[in-house]
Amino acid sequence: MPSDQARNPLAPLLPPAAIRLHAHADDWRDAIRQAGDLLVASGASTTAYTDQMIQAVERYGPYIVIAPGFALAHARASEAVLRTGMSWVSLDEPVRFGHDKNDPVKIVLGLASHGHEEHLAALQLVAALATDPTRMDALEAATTPEELLKLMNQGEDK
Amino acid sequence: MKIIAVCGMGIGTSILLKMNADKALEQLGIDGDVEATDIGTAKGAATTADLVLTSAELAEELEGLSTPVRVINNFMDVDEIAQQISDATTT
Repeated sequence: MPSDQARNPLAPLLPPAAIRLHAHADDWRDAIRQAGDLLVASGASTTAYTDQMIQAVERYGPYIVIAPGFALAHARASEAVLRTGMSWVSLDEPVRFGHDKNDPVKIVLGLASHGHEEHLAALQLVAALATDPTRMDALEAATTPEELLKLMNQGEDK
Repeated sequence: MKIIAVCGMGIGTSILLKMNADKALEQLGIDGDVEATDIGTAKGAATTADLVLTSAELAEELEGLSTPVRVINNFMDVDEIAQQISDATTT
């Protein structure tokens, strides 16, 4: 319903199947790979996109770590993107991406998009979350995908 | 003024940078447009812009532009972005 979408623009983009909580990652590559696996599992991208997300950090650096503990893993729009979608991985132990200020990373949000405007509302919500440490802590503590999505909803109701 | 927000990919981080640069312009009371772009098209887009905002890594790739380039360390920090825009417009 449009009203639900207006309240939580992430809902159509982030299905429960694209959420993995309290995962273990060996390093930043593994953390991005897991975010990529979830994009593949939910039909947003092919495995090639996962490799592109890792290559993007190797080539352009760790600036995708946009806030303390929070990385926005993504690559360029390409044929490896099947539809616009997001994935969420929270880690039991944080991993280092090599960012001067925002390391270590506890949450990796994967983003696949054709680059059109359909994901802009979701990015706005992501920006609001990333700049609110209290909400990030609450989201990080979520134990089920349903709880995580509910917390995102509640925050937008305020 | 016209500002280009540059990241490697052009769909995620540069759009967040654009959103926050819009807020920074509003804070400064400056009338301006911010366009998000990837590094591949940034050099072309920069020729018609007054200022380029990007990360330290990508600023190195943009050396040689006639348009001033300012490095933003934290794309989510509106105050840092406002400071850089303000410095760029007064120097």
